[in-house]
Amino acid sequence: MRTTRALDGLVLAGLAAFPMLAPGSLDLGARMAILVLCAMSLDLLVGYCGLITLGHAAFFGAGAYAAGIFAVRASADPVAGLVVGGAAAALLGLLSGVVLLRSRRLTLIMLSLATVLIVQEAANRWGGVTGGADGLQGIAMSPLLGRFAFDLSGRVAYVYAATTLAFAFLMFRSLVDSRFGQSLVGIRENEARMHALGTPVGARLRTAFVISAALAGVAGALQAQVTEFVALNAVSVEFSGEILIMLILGGAGRRYGAFLGAPVYVFMQDYLAREDPANWYLWIGLMLLAIVFLAPGGLTAGVAAIARRIRGRRS
Amino acid sequence: MEGAAPVADLLITLAFYGIAYGAVLYLLSVGLSVTLGLMRFVNLAHGVFAMAGGYVTVAAMSRAGFPFVPAVLAAAVLVGAFGMLLERALYRRLYAAPILEQVLFSIGLIFVSMAIARYAFGPLAQPIELPAWLSARVNIGIGVFPAYRIFLIGVGALVSLAVWAGVERTRFGASIRAAVDNRRMAESVGINVSRLFTWSFGLGCALAALGGGLGAGLLPIHPGYPNEYLVYVLIVVAVAGLGNIRGALYAALAFGVADTTIRYFLPDLGRVVVLLLVMAVLFRHPHGLAPKTDA
Repeated sequence: MRTTRALDGLVLAGLAAFPMLAPGSLDLGARMAILVLCAMSLDLLVGYCGLITLGHAAFFGAGAYAAGIFAVRASADPVAGLVVGGAAAALLGLLSGVVLLRSRRLTLIMLSLATVLIVQEAANRWGGVTGGADGLQGIAMSPLLGRFAFDLSGRVAYVYAATTLAFAFLMFRSLVDSRFGQSLVGIRENEARMHALGTPVGARLRTAFVISAALAGVAGALQAQVTEFVALNAVSVEFSGEILIMLILGGAGRRYGAFLGAPVYVFMQDYLAREDPANWYLWIGLMLLAIVFLAPGGLTAGVAAIARRIRGRRS
Repeated sequence: MEGAAPVADLLITLAFYGIAYGAVLYLLSVGLSVTLGLMRFVNLAHGVFAMAGGYVTVAAMSRAGFPFVPAVLAAAVLVGAFGMLLERALYRRLYAAPILEQVLFSIGLIFVSMAIARYAFGPLAQPIELPAWLSARVNIGIGVFPAYRIFLIGVGALVSLAVWAGVERTRFGASIRAAVDNRRMAESVGINVSRLFTWSFGLGCALAALGGGLGAGLLPIHPGYPNEYLVYVLIVVAVAGLGNIRGALYAALAFGVADTTIRYFLPDLGRVVVLLLVMAVLFRHPHGLAPKTDA
C-alpha cells in the first residue's frame, strides 16, 4: 500500500515536472497526456471489468466532436467544452452499454466495432455540422479560465491536459481502490460467483461503462480543444485498436499501464514512422505478437517482476 | 438496378444481389464459426486468410497465367495448408490463453499481414480479370443478371451443401459436432481432438480463401481487407450464434439481403440503419439466434 501511494505520487510529480524536463516538447507532452487519459479510461473496462472492446474511439470521437461543435456554435470556454464532451460520451456510453453489455467475447467486440462505425458514419454524413470528411474546422478556444490564452509554445495546453489527466487519475485511483472497483475485479474473475453473491453485476458493469466512456470523451474533448481540429479518423476502428495496443503495451489492470504504454507507443510511432513509415504496421504487429508470446502483462508486469526480484535479493 | 423497373422486379433484383453478397460472406465467415465453436478462439484475423486467398488468386492469374477457377482452387489449397501450419505453430499455444491475448495475437497478425500485402502488392486494390463466361449477363427466367453473381450463388450453394454433408454425414463431421458439444467427452471417447483442430482450422482457412478469391470482384483485394470486412464477418458469426455452422449460412444470406436492400432505399443512412438493426437483433438474442456453444 505504501509503495502504491509513493508510485501514485511519482506519477503526479512526473506530470508536474515534464515542462521542466522537456520544455521544447510540450505539444508532444499534451498529446501523450491525452492518450494516457484515453488508454486509462479503457483500462477500466479491459483491465478491471475484463470486457474486451474495440470501440473506444467511438467515445473519444463523440467527446471530440461534441466539444468541437460546442466551441464553434455555443461557447469557446475550454472547461465548459470539457464537460460537454464528457457528457456526450457518457450518454453514448449509457445507450450503447445497454445493448453491448448483454453480450460477451466475440459478440461484444463486434458490437463495439459497430458502435464505432455508426458514430463514424454519422460524423461523415452529417457534414453540415461535423465538417464530414474534411474534419471539423473553425474551433478557436478562448483563454483557459478566462486568463491563460493557448500559446504557440504549448505550455498552457500541456498544463491544461496534464491537470485534467491528474484529476482523472485521482478519480480513477479512488474508483479502482473502492469497493465498487473491487467488485469489478470480482466480476472479471468470476461473473457467475459475483451474481450468486448478490452483486448487481449488470448495473455495476453499466456504471463502469458510462464512467469509462465519459473519461474517453473528456480525452477527446481535450484533443479537439488543444489541436482546434477534429479529424474524421478520431472515430476509426484503427484508432480503437491503437488505444487498446497502448494499454496492453503498458499492461492492463495494473494501475499505471496507461502511463507507461501511451508514451512508449507515441515515441515508437514517432521514431519508427519517421524512419520507415510504410512498415509501421509491420513493427506494431510484430510487437503485439512478441507481447503475447514473450511478455503477457505488458511493460508494467515486466517492471514489477524486476522489482520483485530486486526486493527478493535484498531480503 | 435500373430505376424504372416495376416493384416486383426491383425486389427480385435486390434479393438476387443480396444473396450473391451473402454467399461470399458465408464463405468468409463459416470457418470462423467453426474456430469459435470448436477451439473457443476469438480469431479476429480470419479475414487475413480471405485476403491471402485473394492475393494468391490474383498473382496466379496475372503472373503464372492460371485461369480464374484453377487459380482460386490453388489459392484455397495453399492458404488452407498455410492455415494448418499457423495453427500448429502459433494458434495452438493460445487456446487456453485469456481472450485478451487471443485478440491481441489476431490484431498483431492482421497488422503483419497488411504490411506484407502492401510490401508485395502495393497499397492499391488488385483488379481481377474475370473470364469472358463470367463477364456476360444471363437471363435466368426471373430477370437478366451478371453471370459472375449467378456463379457466386451457385458456388455458395454447392459449398454450403458440401459443408452440411461433411458435418452431418461424415465421421469427421460427427467428431466436430461431438467436440463442439463437449470437448472433454469427445476426447475421452478417443477422438483425436488436436488433429481435428488442425484440420478444421485449415478447412476454414481454405473456405475463407475461396471466398476471398471468388469474391474479389465484389470485395476488392487490398491491404486493408482484413479490417474492412471484419465487422461483417463478425456480424454473421454472432447473429448465427457462435459455432452454429448452418446458422452462419442463414445469417450471411439474411445480412446480405438486408444490407443490399436497406442501402438501396437509404443510400445515406443505410449503413447506420443496418448496424442498428444488427444491434437490435443481438439485444433481443445476446447469444445469437441459435448458439451451439457459450464461447
